[in-house]
Amino acid sequence: MHLSPDGIIFWQHGFLKLNATIAFTWGLMFVLAVGSKLVTRRLSTDLQRSRWQNLLEIVVTAINEQIAEVGLRQPEKYLGFLGTLFLFVAIASIFTIVPGYEPPTGSLSTTAALAICVFVAVPLFGIEDRGLGGYLRAYLKPTVIMLPFNIISELSRTLALAVRLFGNMMSGTMILAILLTITPFIFPIAMSALGLLTGMVQAYIFFILATVYIAAATRTRKPEAKAEPKPEAKAEPKPEAKIESKPEAKAEAEPKE
Amino acid sequence: MDSTTLIAIASIVTAGLTIALGSIGPALGEGRAVATALSSLAQQPDAATTITRTLFVGLAMIESIAIYCFVVSMILIFANPFWNHIIAHAAGK
Repeated sequence: MHLSPDGIIFWQHGFLKLNATIAFTWGLMFVLAVGSKLVTRRLSTDLQRSRWQNLLEIVVTAINEQIAEVGLRQPEKYLGFLGTLFLFVAIASIFTIVPGYEPPTGSLSTTAALAICVFVAVPLFGIEDRGLGGYLRAYLKPTVIMLPFNIISELSRTLALAVRLFGNMMSGTMILAILLTITPFIFPIAMSALGLLTGMVQAYIFFILATVYIAAATRTRKPEAKAEPKPEAKAEPKPEAKIESKPEAKAEAEPKE
Repeated sequence: MDSTTLIAIASIVTAGLTIALGSIGPALGEGRAVATALSSLAQQPDAATTITRTLFVGLAMIESIAIYCFVVSMILIFANPFWNHIIAHAAGK
């Protein structure tokens, strides 16, 4: 019994290894890229559209909404990176339905790579939004004494992202493997369903945490300077308008039904 | 008792204790989190989506502590460096 798909090696030459993690990762990338390309070949904007386009629209709109709800002001800028994070981890977990498949996120290498992507993306987005000086000044934010703690927290939350995802995925596959050897088949099936659920929850958690970290790096806060109240004032009517339009949409939907 | 036996005993006992003690704290914490979430849902049902989402995010953060303990326990059982070293040593003899 192996700890991760890294143990299944298909081909080896010197220190170059083709293991199951790499193979499954590239398979997932292929499925996501080719699938999306096939669906978006003929996009239509009128009421008649294919169901796959509908599905993708639902997914993209939901991710956009989530990013906006966390507080990022232009969700489209971050949609590519954050949406890909969510979709990759979610699809990696869903495909456990396919027999013989093991989620590549069950290997610490994959999750560490994803966490390092977030670790690099947060300063990039922060500097793009606030400038290098503004972003670095945020490290001194409560007081200057907090500087080492802020740096340590950056590193530790990256590590936590990687280990959390790895632990959840690895425990799912391992429990399945252990149960298959000792219990009747119904229990592994129930555990497999639980594994699917935790996979989706962990994908959402990874995505939301990355969003929150980026929002913490880019968001301007009220007590900082007098230039801030304008973007804050702009941001506030938007959530209010959202809340007002939602009950209206609800009231409209109910008489229709 | 030679070192092989000693390493084996220590690894097994530590692995069991790690996961047993390590899941107590997160379980208590998650219980409190869900209880508070339920009471705030009862107080403000229209904030249900926000509360539920925040609850799940919080639960995942609390869960990760238990996951760390699980990972240590798994490493001790399946990828134990001390065991591998002592076995390689014994096989080399």
